[in-house]
Amino acid sequence: MAARDRTGAALAGAFVVFVAAGFFLPSWAVSLVILSLARGIVALGLVVQFRSGLVSFGQALFFAIGGYAVGLAGLKLRLTDMIVLTVIGVAAATLLGAGLGFLMRRYREIFFAMLSLGFSMLFYGLLVKTETLGSTDGFNVPAPTIFGARLSALATRTLLYDLTVAAAAGAALGVHWYLGTILGRLDTALRDNEVRVEYLGYAPGRVIHVQYVLGAALAGGAGALTAMAVGHIDPSMAYWTTSGELVFVTILSGTGSVLAPFLGSLVFGLLQTYALQYAPSVWQMILGVALLAIILYLPGGLWSALERNRARA
Amino acid sequence: MIVATLAFIVADGVIYASWLFIVAVGMTLVYGVMRILNVAHGSLYALGAYTAATMVGAWFQRGYAPLGSFVLLLVAALVVGLVMGLILELGLLRFLHGRDEVVVVLATYATFLILEDVIQLIWGVEARPAPQPYSLLGTTTVGPLLLNNYDLALIALALLVGGVGWWALTRTIAGKLLLAVIFDREMAEACGINVRRVFLVTFLIGSVLGALGGASTAPMISVSRGLGVDVIVLAFAVVVIGGLGSIPGALLGAAVIGLSRAAAVHLLPQAEVFAIYLIMTLVLIIRPYGLLGHERLRKV
Repeated sequence: MAARDRTGAALAGAFVVFVAAGFFLPSWAVSLVILSLARGIVALGLVVQFRSGLVSFGQALFFAIGGYAVGLAGLKLRLTDMIVLTVIGVAAATLLGAGLGFLMRRYREIFFAMLSLGFSMLFYGLLVKTETLGSTDGFNVPAPTIFGARLSALATRTLLYDLTVAAAAGAALGVHWYLGTILGRLDTALRDNEVRVEYLGYAPGRVIHVQYVLGAALAGGAGALTAMAVGHIDPSMAYWTTSGELVFVTILSGTGSVLAPFLGSLVFGLLQTYALQYAPSVWQMILGVALLAIILYLPGGLWSALERNRARA
Repeated sequence: MIVATLAFIVADGVIYASWLFIVAVGMTLVYGVMRILNVAHGSLYALGAYTAATMVGAWFQRGYAPLGSFVLLLVAALVVGLVMGLILELGLLRFLHGRDEVVVVLATYATFLILEDVIQLIWGVEARPAPQPYSLLGTTTVGPLLLNNYDLALIALALLVGGVGWWALTRTIAGKLLLAVIFDREMAEACGINVRRVFLVTFLIGSVLGALGGASTAPMISVSRGLGVDVIVLAFAVVVIGGLGSIPGALLGAAVIGLSRAAAVHLLPQAEVFAIYLIMTLVLIIRPYGLLGHERLRKV
């Protein structure tokens, strides 16, 4: 008998704790948690792809699409409601993902990584030369409102924090449900042997397409939240190093649970904050060493270390 | 007017393509033989550039014979490539043998992150200009074009690398063994080829070529931070367009990117970055295995 699934309960607990903590945390920690959870949402989408052996080296595309959708909606349409903007970010990325998915579903392994990288760099190339969007400098995103009300900066920040926590919990719950469906269970099968999945009567391309759109939607929403939290967007959001960072968080977290990417992302955020403060010149080195250590000694990511401890207890 | 613009485009394009070929050929060679898409190739490029710039700077400070600086560039590439190649292959890549291709890419990405900071720790944040060799060879006038002879030398170097590579691969025993490993690693191993040694030698050659790309660029630019980051994706684009692992493909990919970038710069400057990745993406869509690549069979 498999262990009882406590993911739902854990998520509900974490949601309550995080929302409550929002009133106590200092402002730097609030920002850290918003950005980390948003990054975790992107990594959640990458985890789903990674389960079937696919690594997108261009997830920054959808992350940036979400961010720029928010920026443009604020700039051109005068939309500032944080919930509406998040939905716009998700919608824009989902549409693009659904379209590109028709191509991506035909690719595997290194070619999947390269084509996704190509698309993100294409968008980057477009952004850096578009002067109306501020070229390499980007532009500022207007402060978000909620239900038409413009609140104080502190209140807005807390609400954005709550929205991010809710989005993260909702995304985790949704993906957890998805992984339990037949479609979701096919992804590890795809990794093991695609031809046999075809013999079972399923279309691998369709599974990959669904995963891709899911990843795009999550990244778009996360990009929207990040853009509102930072208050500024620029083309580096779409550059390959951003994708690299997102893949890094995915590998760090592992694919053991939908909670893993958030844990991994928070660890990453804390590491980043402290490293940049105390040892800024070796920050990338710390990242690199951590990534190598995970690949060589802990291929299941941080989550597998937790599980191993639990199994021993 | 049109002829002049065309001449500019061709000249710029060929020079840029030569540079791209030198940078990317090592990457595609390593992928072809070892199935490793080496992100750290960009770091080797940067290390080569920094080492060359420092050595050339010291050379001129001491007032030695100016022409010797060209030998120095080659020495820098050899030293950096061999030392770093040995460290990376024996210290890391050997242990990742048999892991997923994508996982190995991530491992080399980690190496790239580490080396980025190593470079910064050694050389700091200031730029390292070493412009002397660039102006040393004088210029040549061809019609409307004023060409720097260093650029012409770069073209010659690319042709030399390509020519020697072609000769070594098709006319020597070692090269034929290498081709056998590229074609079918397991079969080659079964025939008694020492694949480990082939891997090591290949990686060393690839590393030296990466460092050579950097060293030969050092006099043309002001070597500064973030040098490797842009080069990696460019080299990716070249390698992908030509076909991963195909050496003639790298030449074709470099030519395609070089000329289209030059055309974009002269005709539509806004499209400079866009054009490169548009071609890369289009090639991946139409011919996923690259212009000169071979399709891999699906295994049940």
